[in-house]
Amino acid sequence: MLRLICSRVRCRSWKEDRDVNMNRIVVKKELAAKIKLIEFENPDVASKAKPGQFVVIQMGDKGERFPLTIGGIDPDKGVVRVIFNEVGKSSRRLGALGEGEEIGNVAGPLGNPTEIERFGTVLCFGGGVMTGPMAYEVAAFKKAGNRVVTVIGARNKELLILKDEMNALSDKLYISTDDGSEGYKGLDFLRDIFEGEKVDRVIGMSVATATLRTLCELTRPYGVKTIVSLSAIMLDGTGMCGVCRVLVGGQTKFTCVDGPEFDGHLVDWDLLESRKRIYSHEERVSALLDEHVGKDCASRFQQARK
Amino acid sequence: MSEKLKLDSIPMNKQAPEIRRRNPYEVAQGYTYEQAVEEAKRCIQCKKPACIPGCPVDIDIPSFVKGLAEGDLPRAAKIIYGTNTLPAICGRVCPQETQCQENCALGKKGDPVSIGRLERFVADWARENPEESGVFKVELPKATGKKVAIIGSGPAGLTCASDLAKAGHKVVIYEALHLAGGVAVYGIPEFRLPKKIVQAEIDYLVNVLGVELKRNQVVGRSATLDELLADGYHSIFLGIGAGAPMFLKIPGENSNMVYSANEFLVRLNLMKAYLFPVFDTPVKVGKRVAVVGAGNVAMDAARWAVRMGADEVYIVYRRTEAEMPARTEERENAKEEGVIFKLLTLPVRVIPNAHGSVEAIECVQMELGEPDESGRRRPIAKPGSEFCMEIDTLVSALGTQPNPLVPRQTPDLKTTNRGTVIADEKGKTTKERVWAGGDIVTGAATVISAMGAGRCAARDIDEYLGR
Repeated sequence: MLRLICSRVRCRSWKEDRDVNMNRIVVKKELAAKIKLIEFENPDVASKAKPGQFVVIQMGDKGERFPLTIGGIDPDKGVVRVIFNEVGKSSRRLGALGEGEEIGNVAGPLGNPTEIERFGTVLCFGGGVMTGPMAYEVAAFKKAGNRVVTVIGARNKELLILKDEMNALSDKLYISTDDGSEGYKGLDFLRDIFEGEKVDRVIGMSVATATLRTLCELTRPYGVKTIVSLSAIMLDGTGMCGVCRVLVGGQTKFTCVDGPEFDGHLVDWDLLESRKRIYSHEERVSALLDEHVGKDCASRFQQARK
Repeated sequence: MSEKLKLDSIPMNKQAPEIRRRNPYEVAQGYTYEQAVEEAKRCIQCKKPACIPGCPVDIDIPSFVKGLAEGDLPRAAKIIYGTNTLPAICGRVCPQETQCQENCALGKKGDPVSIGRLERFVADWARENPEESGVFKVELPKATGKKVAIIGSGPAGLTCASDLAKAGHKVVIYEALHLAGGVAVYGIPEFRLPKKIVQAEIDYLVNVLGVELKRNQVVGRSATLDELLADGYHSIFLGIGAGAPMFLKIPGENSNMVYSANEFLVRLNLMKAYLFPVFDTPVKVGKRVAVVGAGNVAMDAARWAVRMGADEVYIVYRRTEAEMPARTEERENAKEEGVIFKLLTLPVRVIPNAHGSVEAIECVQMELGEPDESGRRRPIAKPGSEFCMEIDTLVSALGTQPNPLVPRQTPDLKTTNRGTVIADEKGKTTKERVWAGGDIVTGAATVISAMGAGRCAARDIDEYLGR
């Protein structure tokens, strides 16, 4: 059925409208295998963004819209930083862009900013690529007068990023890896921290839902308010579709407009994990086609069908 | 009256149901020139036309129909474009049967003149023959030096933008998504309104009227209304629509494969998920699909489900067909395409399977009681009538509510308890220099009423700016 439709429909490319924000990439770095840092020009986002917010990016007019948490801004230069993992077709396409090239569509800043106040001691956990946006938050918590204890985590030591930056920003830095190849193994050592000192707030960011869940279960017995940034599937990112809905404290919330940060002790994790898997098959299909059939698989697919 | 009245309207060519069930192309193919002229000749040119008061944008209907009947297409086009900026869209999606055609004199004894189809014919002709029609050549007046920001590029915003640009003001449209058009691109399906038509209308606005279009601008997040006003805009028109979905509020509705109609339609219309993997955004449609609700959006979702290969598609509605808000035409189209109407049925629970996907819905049978405040008979659940429907996809098409993003950021913009922005009949809101119109004021309604509101507001804004 699908093929039939594809064969008949001529894809029309939409005429580019005159735009102001160019989204030109000014800095691009590889922080670890498949983990890329990009800084692009977008004065609108750069003048407005606060820690915890995200942008929605679309690569090309056939691309999907996907959210990336903002990893920092430079309002003077009008530059926005994002750090991402090349996992699927869209993120690979983004990672393939070089300095000077433009990202198609970027909308933002979206979502609510992190609640940043002088809490006392704040423990910031950044897992994997989310160490990037966490560095932005750590700086903000520090500026608000908090003592900041930072934990950065990754699957193994090769995938740890922004160690030096985080070390400079935080009062204390702990490192954790899933396999124990650097720092502590897993997150169990956090218990010692909570036993040892009074932590007033915990902030967790990671694309791995299981890790955030573990973090919340660890902090629960100590009664420390734990705020986590949820990475639900999104489409428009502006509260229009509801695909990102999560259950928090028994109430349905939209991650894009009510979040993305919620009280982790109230999140229905099973539901979130289940909803994140809805399109895993299609994501694999898309990524595999892109990888094996080549960069222009889509247009070739179309050519063959004509 | 010397000639005999022709009581039957000329039918419009449509794709046959068994063919259109499997393609995304427009169902209604439109009139040929001969058909259009013949239909136009049916108009008896009433001295006091009853059709014009039915039109929210006051098109001089008898005159354009006369022009068409005499074969003078440029004149017909000029009359329509004089008051309607988006005729190709209106001719397709307006509920003419409750507007211009409702009080047509011919309608008393037979079929009313098919005004919508004629409008569509003229608009399509004008678009395909821009030189000959001459409607796209506009002499813009001298620039007034006044700047207006239009928030939202849906029907209300586009109409307001076009009127203000024609009055010589500098107009900038802010659109949150990556494509302009609002509900016409994300809500209404290709098979009802081809997207190239919407794009043509927007190109006209940008290329001919000189309107500036800023996409990917989520006003309320990227800039607030106060910032825009401080930034050199003399006034603002808010046409941000009713974009937030409503859910059933029943247990289990966060299960996988339970969509809001908005999500389902955004995936298919805006992101072109029916072309996955050529387009990156997928949509999952099962074999047995239930769409809850009975408005035009519900019909659109059900008909997309048919096109995406579902075996059985149900419209689940708690009242009867007589109370359905969807247009008769859309209802008929849906039925022809095999959509099954499950009437007097209300889902009370979504039952997920072990993987968290919907497996069935538990429903109760309803019966109609006394009329409620909307004048429709209130549905009442029959005790003990619970039953299960086995389905694998559920679409909730219960309507939409205003997106609170802008009102939340603008405390001096007063809203009702339903979240709609309060505005007077000219569209003026409680906030100085800010007007609003369309679904954000009325709650979910039609394309044409939004356009009417956009026009009213443009007139008032123009007057304000001229002061």
